Amino acid sequence: MIGGALRQTGRLFALAAEVSRAVFRRPFQLREFVEQFWFVASVTILPAALVSIPFGAVIALQVGSLTQQLGAQSFTGGASVLAVIQQASPLIVALLISGAAGSAICADLGSRKIREELDAMEVMGVSPVQRLVVPRVLATMAVAVLLNGMVSVVGTLGGYFFNIVLQGGTPGAYLASFSALAQLPDLYISELKALIFGFIAGIVAAYRGLNPRGGPKGVGDAVNQAVVITFMLLFFVNMVLTGIYLQIVPPKGG
Amino acid sequence: MGIEVAVEGLTMSFGKQNIWQDVSLTLPAGEVSVMLGPSGTGKTVFLKSLIGLLKPQRGRVLINGVDMVGGREKDIYETRKLFGLMFQDGALFGSMSLFDNIAFPLREHTRKRESEIRRIVMERIELVGLLGAEGKLPGEISGGMRKRAGLARALVLDPQIVLCDEPDSGLDPVRTAYLSQLLIDLNARIDATMLIVTHNLDIAATVPDNMGMFFRRELVTFGPREVLLTSEEPVVTQFLAGRREGPIGMSEEKDAATLAAEADGAAASPPPGPRAIAPQLEPSPGLPPRAAVGRRRERVLGMLDTLPPAARAAIEDTYARHAAAPTVSLPAAGSGS
Ligand SMILES: Nc1ncnc2c1ncn2[C@@H]1O[C@H](COP(=O)(O)OP(=O)(O)O)[C@@H](O)[C@H]1O
Ligand SMILES: [Mg+2]
Repeated sequence: MIGGALRQTGRLFALAAEVSRAVFRRPFQLREFVEQFWFVASVTILPAALVSIPFGAVIALQVGSLTQQLGAQSFTGGASVLAVIQQASPLIVALLISGAAGSAICADLGSRKIREELDAMEVMGVSPVQRLVVPRVLATMAVAVLLNGMVSVVGTLGGYFFNIVLQGGTPGAYLASFSALAQLPDLYISELKALIFGFIAGIVAAYRGLNPRGGPKGVGDAVNQAVVITFMLLFFVNMVLTGIYLQIVPPKGG
Repeated sequence: MGIEVAVEGLTMSFGKQNIWQDVSLTLPAGEVSVMLGPSGTGKTVFLKSLIGLLKPQRGRVLINGVDMVGGREKDIYETRKLFGLMFQDGALFGSMSLFDNIAFPLREHTRKRESEIRRIVMERIELVGLLGAEGKLPGEISGGMRKRAGLARALVLDPQIVLCDEPDSGLDPVRTAYLSQLLIDLNARIDATMLIVTHNLDIAATVPDNMGMFFRRELVTFGPREVLLTSEEPVVTQFLAGRREGPIGMSEEKDAATLAAEADGAAASPPPGPRAIAPQLEPSPGLPPRAAVGRRRERVLGMLDTLPPAARAAIEDTYARHAAAPTVSLPAAGSGS
């Protein structure tokens, strides 16, 4: 049981290494990348936007209410923006990337595998990793970064709107608190998180898709597992990255 | 000229399930070989091991000095370009039309212009009788057509080793006869080493130079076709006659009790006499003679002493008849009936 888990983890890392190497192998599969980019973007953008507005609002309301009780209303804007950019946005991205993009990639590769398409490719001397997995992982990473930027903006706007309209905050104070609390590295870490999440989601989906166990039912199981595994991994990695960031980058307000 | 494939002591298991063990054989360069065996005896696994898709636990598969089992990944990838493998279910790319499927290896591995690619692909499509279907997606055609498209794709780079996994299943008898002729013509044209896995007794009787059979996790025999066709081994005779009586059962092998009961009943049925060996197909008129024929003759006559008497007699008989009419092809056989 434990041995099996270790072996799977080892193979997952082996695939990650293989993909990283194959990224630099020519010819780059540009067409596949563009197609996958469009596909992943099209299944994630709308849900991400729809989720991020209420998410931004909830955070704005919650933070607003807290700061009010603490007598620090003037910091509402900066605090909620930080919460959105640093935590909410990467997690929304994680959710959609693993749920929508990862499941689609896993199902696609899995059904190709059981139809022996991937074996056929290898027999013809074409590496499925270079040909199919690399463009998918890169597309997932690119969309994750894009999505994270979009969710940050939409979430921030949502928070701004709710703070001003519902909680009677002033635009001036909201914006001023930005510069008091937030700094550029906050944005960098957020995008870095998204990039890493995209990579992990792509690799896990590809790994499970390339190794389905027995028939079409196996593909269904693989998709399910890919989503659950990615989820757990991303939340864990998020925790680690947040911890490291808070340790090494001094907070501006302090 | 084709390339020799040497298999040495190959043993394959999936977990605890042993598929076959200690398989050794040589596919002679440029000759056509057929592998028989009941379903589930690991013929597909064997083909995939030859090409390095599956890795048996023990043994070697040597092609041009490269070990497809334990060799370096890079060498294996290079060596694969010598192969054409026709998968049991075609294994076409579902998102591409038949034309693009067949053009895939050309676009990947050559720098040919699109017009040149079109010419080659259409020629192969005509060869396997799929003219008019080239624009269709694999999901829109029948299983037999998918297999033929898979064959066309396997042939598009003029491979030196051709592996066909049950090319006949899903084909009607007439198409199967055409296919037999197609395989022989192909061999005459490109002199590739060919291994065909099949259940079809007509193909087995008329196409190969060499034959082998898998049963009970072993290679029962492999050698010149006459050896298997004259063999008295119960598995072989049962399989070639398509009878129920014998060691091959519905699920796996029969147990001893059923076999004993059968032996009592079988005493009543007439003992099989010496079986007539059908002549091997000749290439269609207009094609060059198969280069492998001469090489095989040398080889087989050289190993005559090691063969069982029945096989020896059959071989001498065949070559005696051939000597009378050296290179004239048999038109009746050549028509693919
Ligand atoms: N990838 C695999 N994993 C586990 N078992 C397999 C795999 N491929 C084939 N087998 C098993 O190997 C045996 C032989 O299969 P196969 O080579 O397809 O037989 P056939 O002679 O009909 O082509 C079967 O029992 C099958 O279950
Ligand atoms: Mg098979």
